[in-house]
Formats: sequence, structure tokens, C-alpha cells
Amino acid sequence: MRIVIASGKGGTGKTLVATNMAFSLVSKGIQLLDCDVEEPNDHLFLPFENPLTEHVTALVPEIINVKCSGCGLCASRCMYNALSVIKGKVMLFSDLCHSCGGCIIYCPFQAIEQGEKAIGRIIMGSSQGIDLVAGILNIKSVQAPELIKEVLQKANVKKTVLVDAPPGTSCSAVAAVSGADFCLLVTEPTPYGLHDLKLAVEMTQKLGVPIGVIINKSDSNLSRTEQYCLQHNLPILLQIPYDLKIAKVYAEGGLISRELPGYQQSFRDVLGDIERMSDNA
Amino acid sequence: MPELVVLSGKGGTGKTSIAACFAVLARQSIIVDCDVDAANLHLVLNPQIKEKYSFVGGLKAVIKDNDCIQCGQCEQNCRFDAIKDFQVNSMQCEGCAVCYYTCPAAAIELNDHISGEYYVSDSCYGTMVHGKLGIAEGNSGKLVAEIKKKARIAAGGQDLIIIDGPPGIGCPVVSSLVGADVALVVAEPTVSGVHDLIRVLELISKNNIEAAVCINKADLSAEQASVIRELCRQKQIAVIGEVKFDQAFVEALNLNLPLVKYDSDSVTTKNIEQMWANLLNIIKKYY
Repeated sequence: MRIVIASGKGGTGKTLVATNMAFSLVSKGIQLLDCDVEEPNDHLFLPFENPLTEHVTALVPEIINVKCSGCGLCASRCMYNALSVIKGKVMLFSDLCHSCGGCIIYCPFQAIEQGEKAIGRIIMGSSQGIDLVAGILNIKSVQAPELIKEVLQKANVKKTVLVDAPPGTSCSAVAAVSGADFCLLVTEPTPYGLHDLKLAVEMTQKLGVPIGVIINKSDSNLSRTEQYCLQHNLPILLQIPYDLKIAKVYAEGGLISRELPGYQQSFRDVLGDIERMSDNA
Repeated sequence: MPELVVLSGKGGTGKTSIAACFAVLARQSIIVDCDVDAANLHLVLNPQIKEKYSFVGGLKAVIKDNDCIQCGQCEQNCRFDAIKDFQVNSMQCEGCAVCYYTCPAAAIELNDHISGEYYVSDSCYGTMVHGKLGIAEGNSGKLVAEIKKKARIAAGGQDLIIIDGPPGIGCPVVSSLVGADVALVVAEPTVSGVHDLIRVLELISKNNIEAAVCINKADLSAEQASVIRELCRQKQIAVIGEVKFDQAFVEALNLNLPLVKYDSDSVTTKNIEQMWANLLNIIKKYY
């Protein structure tokens, strides 16, 4: 079972939920995939023991100058302006290349071969009994979705897999949420939080993934967020109170499920609820 | 026409709340929301939309059933797994046109794909340019570039441009940095906040843009706050101010107001005003 933890808005508590849920469920056999590759943070709370690093590359054209006639067909067909012919020579702007591989096929002189560029790395190891995998995007690389797909390839089907997704509702978030069995949307009861929750719900429904909501920094009043969830039949699986103690544990890199009473059970109950909902579906 | 972009690396550090205060304090500026995935600035600046534009993010391939000879070339050549059983899954399609150019039966069309919209609006604090990417759409970096282009036209070479940027360090962030003069990073003193601050500062420096930092929720962790100060000292980046954890941000937000409008006498407001004065000192070099 693959459960993805996502949110529209950033900073609502995805990492808090992902790391604490993993810690609380360690006896079940848990794998945590950090797919927030622009800003991966799970390993700050669950430090790696004996990590292994794998470098992730994407395809770029490699121009064989001696075979190139400078005809410019490749550049004229490149949709991303990654190739340009300057004084009869093909120049590659590899940051712009989307790795479609078209130019390699088009070249009438077989002057383009398959090369590689680094886009990031994947770190794999264990942390306190959790199988932890983190994708880390290279600075200036714009190919986050490609790296996310590579991280998801590491999913171990024999375990309960938790995926920490990037914020937002565009291609990176879509890459992380696609194919999951369940999506936990973490939100906060502010107008920003609610606005972005609605967008995230729309995205997740479009991808056909069932949804549960976790309200973080929740106060006691029946919030507009709760009303929205009730109206739209979105189950609220957990409310984490607005509590400076929680913020401080998090700030120092701690886990509330280890350091504050009650949370370990709360996160176990979330999984219980998800499993029941999936069985009934 | 200096351009200020407000970034954070980590989400939820207070970019939008602080950018909204700057928009008020600047009195007259062009205000831009480049967080096109989850735009929020309009919730506190309440703009009136004046002009509306469709955003053509790219192309999407469509297979013409009548012409398709089912040879499977397109599926084989597509690196984005967007084609199965002679159908294009438009969510996966990146508009690279490889299928179009390699189809032996010319059975593929490329259509413009509208993947969002953007607006030029009036607000009490100046012209606002903002946009909305469609749900589950790509090309956010390109939409950011179009929004910035409109903002520059609105600025007419005179007004300051204040940009509320997206979180992270990816494609839309890279795009919002293009042509900026100063990048202010709103940092939060948590281990995640520090980690993400380092990555976004590296991106800013690789783009040769002057960085400044402010610390929000500064009393959340004394230890992490001093890590941020030390880090900035080493990198010779100005820390233009600090703001304590203040529930008034949420109270103001619940009334759809920037904090400096909600409580104009509070300590936090004074701190933000001081921060703005310090930032203007940096920005004025670029006028």
C-alpha cells in the first residue's frame, strides 16, 4: 500500500506527518520516500544510518561535431529552445533540455548521440528501523518530476510505503501523487490553507486517488476548513492542535511521536482508518 | 525599475504575509504573485481584475484515429510514457512533438494547450499581476515568465516590482529569479528552514543576484535562529530584520488584511517597517 502525503500550500506539515507517521508505524515495516526533491527534509528528523548514494541523470544530446553538417534541423524542431546553430555549429543549452530525445532521431547524419546530464541524487538507507529513500534535486536543475519518478521506482511493495510529496498542484506534485493508493492532504485552518486545500483536492480527485485530510495547527472552533471537508465528504483523519510545544519540537529536529504523549497512537490510528477505508472501497 | 523577489525555499515561512506588508509599505509598486501553483496574495490584497489572459503552456499531441495505421512508432519514441494503445494521455504529454515528427502516416496533430490564465488587476496598493495555473498542469516556469513580462510593461521602467515567489528551488523559482535585482529570503529558524535556506541561497548566488534574509518566527528556536545569523554572516548576506512568532498574522489573514494594516501599532508592524527601510537601502542601488 502506497500512501502519499501532499498539500497545496507549503509549510502546512507534510514532513511532520510523514516522519512521525513512519516513526509510529516502524513495527509494521515502513518505507519512507522523500519526493519533495527541491527541499527534502525527512532525513533531518530521521538521520540516515549507512546511506548509499545513487546519481540520477537525464538524457541530453551529445553532438558529434565531425558528422554534423550544421543543417539546423535539430534546433528547428526542438520545442524547448535547447539547441541552436551558431556559425554552423550546434550548441546545446542543457538546462533547457527536457530529454525528449527527438534530436537524436531527427538528425539525418546520425551526428547526435545519447549523452547524460546530472539532475540529482537518491540517498537510500535506514533510520531507526525505517527504510528511508530521499531524492535531492541539483541546484538549478528544473527536472524535478523526472527525479521524483526515479525515487518512486524504489518503492518496496512488501512494505507500507509513505511518500512525502512536494507542495503545489503542478507537475512535481502530480508526479508524486500519481499511482498512490491513498492521499493524505495536510492543511491548516487559515484562508491560505483552505484556498490551497481546495486546489489539492481537485488535483487528487483528477488523479483518481482517495483522500483523507489532516488539519494541522488546528484550533478548537469549528473552522471553515472542517465545514468544507464535511460538505465535500472528505474524512478528517487527524487534527493536530495549534501548540507552540509542537512547533518547538519540530524546530529542533525532533519527533512529536517520540517526545510528546499520545501522538504515536494518533498516527497509528490514521493508518488504521486508511486501511479500513481501502478495504471497504 | 528594480525587481525584488521574495523567496523562502521551505514553504509556509511567511513569504506571502511579508510580501503583502511590503506592498502596503511601498505605497506604489507593481505587485506580482509568481506562486502560480497556489497563489494566495490576492486573498489579502483583494485585487479587482481588469485584464484577463489565457496562458498557452505548450502543445499537446492528438492522434487522428482515421489516419493512424497503428504502427506503434509514437509509443516507442515517446520518452514521457504519454502514449498507450494509440491514445495520448494529455496529462503525461510534454508537447515535445517527437511523435508528430516521426509518425509515418502524419496522423498526429499538435494543438495549443491552455494551461492557466493570468490577470492584470487594480489593488489599493498598486497594479497587481497574478496568475493561476490549471490543476495538474505543467509549465509553471513559463507562466511565471509571462506574468513577469506583463509586470515589466505595467512598471513602465519606473515603479518598483515586488514579486511573491513560489516555494522550493525548482522551475518556477528559477524563472522568477530571471532579471531580478534583489532576492529577499524569508527564513524560519527550524532545522528544515535552515536546510532549505542554504539551498535557495545557493540558487540565488548561482544566478548572480543580491540576497538578503529576514527571520520570521525568530523566537521559535534560539539555537536555529543563531545558526541562520551565523550562516548569513559567513556568506556576507544582510539580515535585514527579525519578526517574532505572532498569532496576529493569522488574525489579519482571517480578515483578508496585510498585518501592517490590521494592527498598525504592534511591535511586529514596527519590526516589518524597519525591515522594509533596511531593504530599501539595498534596493535603491538598482534604481
